[in-house]
Amino acid sequence: MITRGLAVTLAAAFVVLGVTAYWAQAQTTRPSMPPAAAASAPAPKAAPMDKAALQIDGSTTVGPIAVEFVEAFKKLHPDVTITCKQTGSGDGAAALIDGRCQIATMSRFMKPEEFKSAVEKGEMPVAHAIAMDGVCMIVHPSNPVKALTIAQVHDIYTGKIANWKELGGMDAPIVVVSRDTSSGTYETFTHFVMGKDKLFDKVEYVNANPQAHARVSTTAGAIGYVGLGFVDTKVKALPIDGVMPSRKTVQAGTYPMTRPLFLFTNGYPKLGSVEHAFCTFYLTEQGQKIIEAKGFVPVTSY
Amino acid sequence: MSQAIQSEGPAAEFTRPLLLTPGADRAGWLAAKAGRAALLLVAGASVVAVLLIFFFIAREAIPFFQERGLGEAASSTHWYPEDATAPQFGMLALIYGSVSVTVGALILAVPLGILAAVVLSDIVPFAVRQCVKPVIELLAAIPSVAFGVFAVKVLAPLMQERLGLPTGTNALNASFVLALMATPTIVSVAEDSIWAVGRELREASYACGATRAETLLKVVLPAAHNGVIAAIVLGMMRAIGETMLVWMASGNACQVPAPWWDLSQSVRTLTATVAGEMGETARGSLHYHSLFAVALVLLVFSLGLNLLTERLLSKARKSAGAHA
Repeated sequence: MITRGLAVTLAAAFVVLGVTAYWAQAQTTRPSMPPAAAASAPAPKAAPMDKAALQIDGSTTVGPIAVEFVEAFKKLHPDVTITCKQTGSGDGAAALIDGRCQIATMSRFMKPEEFKSAVEKGEMPVAHAIAMDGVCMIVHPSNPVKALTIAQVHDIYTGKIANWKELGGMDAPIVVVSRDTSSGTYETFTHFVMGKDKLFDKVEYVNANPQAHARVSTTAGAIGYVGLGFVDTKVKALPIDGVMPSRKTVQAGTYPMTRPLFLFTNGYPKLGSVEHAFCTFYLTEQGQKIIEAKGFVPVTSY
Repeated sequence: MSQAIQSEGPAAEFTRPLLLTPGADRAGWLAAKAGRAALLLVAGASVVAVLLIFFFIAREAIPFFQERGLGEAASSTHWYPEDATAPQFGMLALIYGSVSVTVGALILAVPLGILAAVVLSDIVPFAVRQCVKPVIELLAAIPSVAFGVFAVKVLAPLMQERLGLPTGTNALNASFVLALMATPTIVSVAEDSIWAVGRELREASYACGATRAETLLKVVLPAAHNGVIAAIVLGMMRAIGETMLVWMASGNACQVPAPWWDLSQSVRTLTATVAGEMGETARGSLHYHSLFAVALVLLVFSLGLNLLTERLLSKARKSAGAHA
């Protein structure tokens, strides 16, 4: 009796496994996506302005701007339902390609493989640069070091410079803090500073700008990097190659570690649609004020 | 009461026929079968869930092993998955991080947890136990992020100032906070089993002239060893699988420290790597598949640990049986 029951259970388990395996196989061998995604994917749906629903997903750097945009947007268009997720640039791109969101917020440009999978589904991602972000090197306020060059930062992050006294500071080991290797900030940092070299193995990683700020503000020997919006009096931002990071230098692009922040849509949004209004919101005076309030820099002066 | 019996008169018992019709017989047989099958399905669901999790993780991990093989992952400490020209996928440092943090946590939590369990069950008055135990169990309900905030904002600066360590987010910090988190689980489960040993054994031991220490060490704890080992396993699983806390507290430097036992340096665990890097990887890339490979390693690791302790447990059970 018991053995027969066991056999029944096992058979059921195998049937379930078999069905899932088949489904999984079908999914991996078929170049296009499952029917649900394929059905919703075909290109920008022209959502009428009233009663439209808008899904936004993506970067945790651009997220705070998007959330404020949504708040302001809701007051102007009370009938529009907008949900705004902050999962990461990669997730945002994947969601846009799968049709799970209409706007992806990204702190980096789309990667070739992301573009490729979008194009394979007949989608054409379009970038909207909405703001500028400066990546600032920060140290503890008590640190006497006054300025760094890109080359010095490079040597700190490869372990060649391990003590602050080599830079004219106190005799203390440098605690090197980096953002996690998948964040957009990390990519911008390595793009400007590291080139082809790798970070050495004693570098600590934190997974958000506020955490990098917290580590540096509580550790006397630490150095880290955050977006311009996260620099305050609890940490000291250092000039790089003689240029102090500020709104002016970031906007002008003279500060060496400056990057644009993006919204990505699937094709250019249909004029008059909710997506179009949202993607051009950064051009309005209100949008620019929000960008400045979050510590980023508008692309244009008004 | 008596009314209820009266209302079901003797006649009521004969409203159902003594002999079942063939149809009713079959229906009853089918109902019994269906019930049994349904119960088996429910019982099998968790097994199926584990199999499916394994299946899905393996499915996403296989492309990684197909492309890079096992050798690099098992022999190198260099984890540079996003390098544009030559990505490296050495998992040794990550495995070291997971092991060191878990072992560190167990070294702190196991003696503390078992001692606390003994104290609660056998030493303090019953009323104190009734008050303290719920509080300890409440500690197990604190989310790991809260422990993580404590580790970063309180413990890390404290370690830097008091111990003079250059960095406060390190293996020691993570071990300590993990121990804090695993202890309530250990205390609660171990105390239950020590409590369940019962009065008779204790009184028999005292009657033979044993002291309280002898009774506890030689009678009560051996009698409760099943539950105590289960408590340790649960604590260990909690520690090795914990993600958010170690991601915040361990510093995430991907290295095997210079003297390998140096807990004051920061390390990175398998769990933290998956959690920290999954969000921004491009789906389908080698990095994405490598993270599933890391998850698979973690899964195999904890399954192996589970089986090992199960083996030890059955051995201990047998030797205990031989003694008796």
